[in-house]
Amino acid sequence: MHAKTKTMLNLMAVAVLGLFLWWADDNLDGYQIQILNLIAVNIILALSLNLIYGFTGLFSLGHAGFMAVGAYVCSVLILSPEQKEMLFILEPAFDWVREAQAPFFVAVVAGGLAAALFAVLVGIPLLRLGDDYLGMATLGFAEIIRVLAINAPRVTNGALGFKGIPDYANLYWNFGWCVLTLYVIIRLVASNSGNVFKAIRDDETAAKAMGVDVFRQKLLSFTIGSFFAGVGGALLASLLATIDPKMFTFVLTFNVLMIVVTGGLGSITGSILAGIVITILLEWLRIVENPLTFGDWELQGIPGMRMVVFSLALICIILFRREGFMGKREFNWDWVTRRFRNKAGRHAG
Amino acid sequence: MPADTILETKNLSMRFGGLTAVKAFSAAIPRAGIVGLIGPNGAGKTTCFNMITGFYRPSEGQVLFHGRDITGTPPHRVCNSGIARTFQNIRLFGNETVLQNVMIGCHLRQKTGWWQAVLSMPSSLREQRAVAATSRELLAVVGLEDLAGENANSLPYGAQRRLEIARALATQPSFLLLDEPAAGMNPNETQDLMRFIRDIRTRFNLTILLIEHDMKVVMGICEHIWVLDYGETIAAGPPEAIKSDPKVIKAYLGEEAIPNA
Repeated sequence: MHAKTKTMLNLMAVAVLGLFLWWADDNLDGYQIQILNLIAVNIILALSLNLIYGFTGLFSLGHAGFMAVGAYVCSVLILSPEQKEMLFILEPAFDWVREAQAPFFVAVVAGGLAAALFAVLVGIPLLRLGDDYLGMATLGFAEIIRVLAINAPRVTNGALGFKGIPDYANLYWNFGWCVLTLYVIIRLVASNSGNVFKAIRDDETAAKAMGVDVFRQKLLSFTIGSFFAGVGGALLASLLATIDPKMFTFVLTFNVLMIVVTGGLGSITGSILAGIVITILLEWLRIVENPLTFGDWELQGIPGMRMVVFSLALICIILFRREGFMGKREFNWDWVTRRFRNKAGRHAG
Repeated sequence: MPADTILETKNLSMRFGGLTAVKAFSAAIPRAGIVGLIGPNGAGKTTCFNMITGFYRPSEGQVLFHGRDITGTPPHRVCNSGIARTFQNIRLFGNETVLQNVMIGCHLRQKTGWWQAVLSMPSSLREQRAVAATSRELLAVVGLEDLAGENANSLPYGAQRRLEIARALATQPSFLLLDEPAAGMNPNETQDLMRFIRDIRTRFNLTILLIEHDMKVVMGICEHIWVLDYGETIAAGPPEAIKSDPKVIKAYLGEEAIPNA
């Protein structure tokens, strides 16, 4: 198919998404809209982790840390000075924290940039480590960020966190950022730089012999991925209107990891599909945490049950379909047209 | 260093703990030559390759390339200076297509960066097309143009070896190291390979250093040969001299093989 046709189809897909959002905004209830918003944010987070882990092969467990950085930076920038005056009850905020102000878009970008900066700082020492060690070290980093947030009350309001963060992150912002993330990562992965990331994943030694500055490319992928993790965190802060250090534990990283692995490491399409399905299931499965009645037999609701179900599901995926829904395959317009043509062919015949 | 020497090693030694893998390897490789490094298994041939290409930092000695000291330079910079290599146990990017494998080799000489690709800048798109075209040409050189879209892992063994060479050529080297290029090939394929190696030397202005066990190949195309045994250089010279060198025969066949010794 012609490249121009594909661009047209992509633009049409975005337009359809826009129309859907416009319809959803008027016709769906608040809860359903919230789920749509979470889908957008989870897709951003999954794409960013997929770039780092799925495409470049860097086993990073620090996503919650980068999200926390993005969330705090964005929140500080969009809360008004008066709100911050009221919020900081443990210790008064530093003047620059209280006075810092920026429009929402700038605040989200700043959140992403701050996360990217942290990625460079921790990446320089950590990315020299191999697989398992990198996982442990980045996990440690995320925990350090959390402890820092608790112990820097003049910046983060300590364990209390922030409440009443302005809820600018509506459907349009979230899906706008989602489409932007998607565009950047698709362009990147399809370019020769993307090929180099995949080369590092496949065989680091051979990549070095091909003149690839492996450390620099790893740092690049890690930083770009972390930028979008920061963006995701920033959007989440505004979406939930409240953040505190307890929110950014390993469970948050685990949720994103689950989406990426389920969808397929190294498949953008997989991350999107899994982002939609798992976000919906995570909400829908809340019923297993409520009391259930089967005939005359009553089951007590167990809080945390849905995470048990999900962990079991993840174990099953790893056991029976390790490559995830999609493996490394991607959606392609050619599939769609081929299917149409086949149908048309059958009708004609 | 004579003016026509492209790569020179001086007393190159590599020790792993108490084991000396290579001891005082000195060689001056003439520009545009095809030269060989031979020796029994475990003689230290691949260790020499790894020292030249920066994968090992030699315990002692120097590597001079175009007269410049490159000892201990990391592999990607060595490659950037114009030295490319293949591996004894083939190391392709297995999940990528044949074309992508060669394109990754081209990345080194690319001028536009990742952000230009993200912004779809015309300069980047143009370069991306040029890289794909160059890669296809290189695939045609090694006879794999029809398999460009296949996964590298799915190729037969011989084709994987040729793909590794195409990928190395994509980095635009002036010096190419081939680690056992004829391994696992039948006599017909070996003949083709010899022709192919001579062909790429003239076509890409290369100097080629190869490790090989197949004596037909070594004696057939190498103009100069170094023989290693237990890390020591036991002989060096043109093929005819090596063939009749008692030390070489001893290393390969054992003491009894030499008549009147």
